[in-house]
Amino acid sequence: MSTPFYVSPQQAMADRAEYARKGIARGRSLVVLQYADGIVFVGENPSRALHKFSEIYDRIGFAAAGKYNEYENLRIGGVRYADLRGYTYDRDDVTARGLANVYAQTLGTIFSSAAEKPYEVELVVAEVGETPEGDQIYRLPHDGSIVDEHGSVAVGGNSEQISSYLDQRHEDGMSLAAALKLAVQALSREPNGGEREIPAERLEVAVLDRTRPQQRKFKRIVGRQLARLLEADGAASAPTDAPSDEEEGEE
Amino acid sequence: MEANPRSTGRLPAAFLTPGSSSFVDFLSEHQPEMLPGNRQLPPVKGVIEAPHGTTIVAATFPGGVVLAGDRRATMGNMIAQRDIEKVFPADEHSAVGIAGTAGLAVEMVKLFQLELEHFEKVEGATLSLEGKANRLSTMIRSNLGMAMQGLAVVPLFAGYDLDREKGRIFSYDVTGGRSEEQGYAATGSGSIFARGSMKKLYKDDLTEEQATTLVVQALYDAADDDSATGGPDVARRIYPIVTVITDEGFRRLSDDEASEVARSVLERRLEQPDGPRAALL
Repeated sequence: MSTPFYVSPQQAMADRAEYARKGIARGRSLVVLQYADGIVFVGENPSRALHKFSEIYDRIGFAAAGKYNEYENLRIGGVRYADLRGYTYDRDDVTARGLANVYAQTLGTIFSSAAEKPYEVELVVAEVGETPEGDQIYRLPHDGSIVDEHGSVAVGGNSEQISSYLDQRHEDGMSLAAALKLAVQALSREPNGGEREIPAERLEVAVLDRTRPQQRKFKRIVGRQLARLLEADGAASAPTDAPSDEEEGEE
Repeated sequence: MEANPRSTGRLPAAFLTPGSSSFVDFLSEHQPEMLPGNRQLPPVKGVIEAPHGTTIVAATFPGGVVLAGDRRATMGNMIAQRDIEKVFPADEHSAVGIAGTAGLAVEMVKLFQLELEHFEKVEGATLSLEGKANRLSTMIRSNLGMAMQGLAVVPLFAGYDLDREKGRIFSYDVTGGRSEEQGYAATGSGSIFARGSMKKLYKDDLTEEQATTLVVQALYDAADDDSATGGPDVARRIYPIVTVITDEGFRRLSDDEASEVARSVLERRLEQPDGPRAALL
C-alpha cells in the first residue's frame, strides 16, 4: 500500500498549468485581428470539417486553439448559452463580455478542481461593434483568466512570437486584404526564425463584418473570395493603409 | 446543478454535455418550463379572447416563391391591430407566415427561427427544406393542447429548396399535419377566398413581379369577402407584407415596393371592383 505523499499547492498548480500550456502549444497558431470593417480570424487548418472558428451569435465569434473535443464542447456550450439568453431576453442582451465571463468561470473551475483534468485550450471571444471602437476581443487562457485585447491577438503554437510580430505591424483601420496578408505572414514564421509557405487551401478564414446587412455578421471566407483577397494585397490595400505597406515592404 | 443562464458562474453541466443539435431538445431537457408546448392551461369555459392573425398566401414561380400576409389582427369582431406583421424570415432561404392566435404564433416563430439558427451553428450546415418543414410540424403538434381550447396556430411555410432548385410551399393543420402544396396555398380565415382568387389567376410561368401581384390580388379578394382580413390601407399607408425567396435568399419588399404593387392593384379595382377576369372556357 502506498501512502499519498505531500505535494505543495504551488507545485500542483504549476504542474497543471505546465500540462495545459504544453497541450495548447502542440496545436497550430491562429490569429484574430481588427480591420476597418470588423474582425478577421485567420488560422492554418488542414481540415475542412473541424473548424477552429465559428459563430456564436449575431455579432460574436469564437476561436480556439488546443484540444478539439474540449474546445468543441465549450463552443457548443457557448452557442447554447447565447441562444438561451437571447431567447429569454433579447438578442441585444447577448454580449461577448458575458460569454467571456462564463467561459472564464468554466475554465477556472475546471483548472482548479483536482478531480478534473485541466482543459488544454485557449479561446478567443470577439464581438464586432457598430464602430471599430466598439469591437471587443477577449483572450481566455486555460486557467480561467480573461485578457482584454486590442488590435491583434495570437493563440496556440508559438503564439508569443507571433503576437509580438503582429503587435509591431498591426495598425488600426487596415483593409481586410492587408490584415489578411499580415496574418498569413505572421503565421508563416517558424519558431527558429525561418519562414514557410502556407497554401490558401490550408487556411481557415472567417470574418465578423459590421457592414453585412444581415443580423448575423459572421461569415466564412473560402474558395475564390479567399484567393481574390490573398492576391489583392498591394494595390487594393495601398490607399487605406499606406504606412503598413511601407513597413511590410522593408521586411 | 441548478440551471441558471443569468448568473455569470460556470456553464452548467447540461450546456457541456454532447447531445442533440436541436435547441428545442436542449430546452426540453434543461428548462422544460420555457417551451411553449409545456404550459398547462387551466380549464376554461368557452373561447379565450385573444388577437388572431388572419390571411397568409403563397405562390411559387420559376426560381422562387413569394409569401405574403395582410396586416390585420382581430379579437372577436374588433380589430385588435391594423399593422401586425405575420410573415417572418425563418432563415436565409425560408420564411413562415402565421395565422391563428397571434401571441402564441409569434412565440412559435421566434423559437422556430432559433431552432434553425442553432442547428446551423452547432452543425455547421443548414437543415434541408424538408427537415425545416418537419421541425415546424413538431412544434405545431406540441401546441395541440392549446389548439383544442381555441388557441390554434396554423402557419404556412415557404422556402427555396437549394437541392431541387425551386421554391416550395408547405401548409399545416392544427395537429401538425403537413402537406406540400403545388403552385399556391393560403391559410387563415380569408384563405377560402384567397385560394379561389389564385386558382383563377395562377399560372406556372409567372415572373417574380407577376407572382407578387398575384398574392396581393389574392389578399385583396380575401379582404373583400372576409371581415377579419385587412385590405390595403391607403390612408394610413399600411400595405401587405410581401416577401420573396429565391436562390439568393430571403427578401422582404420595402414599404415603397409593397405600396406600389398594392396601389396598382387598387387602381385597377377602381375600374373593375371584382378584379381581373379569367376566360370562361
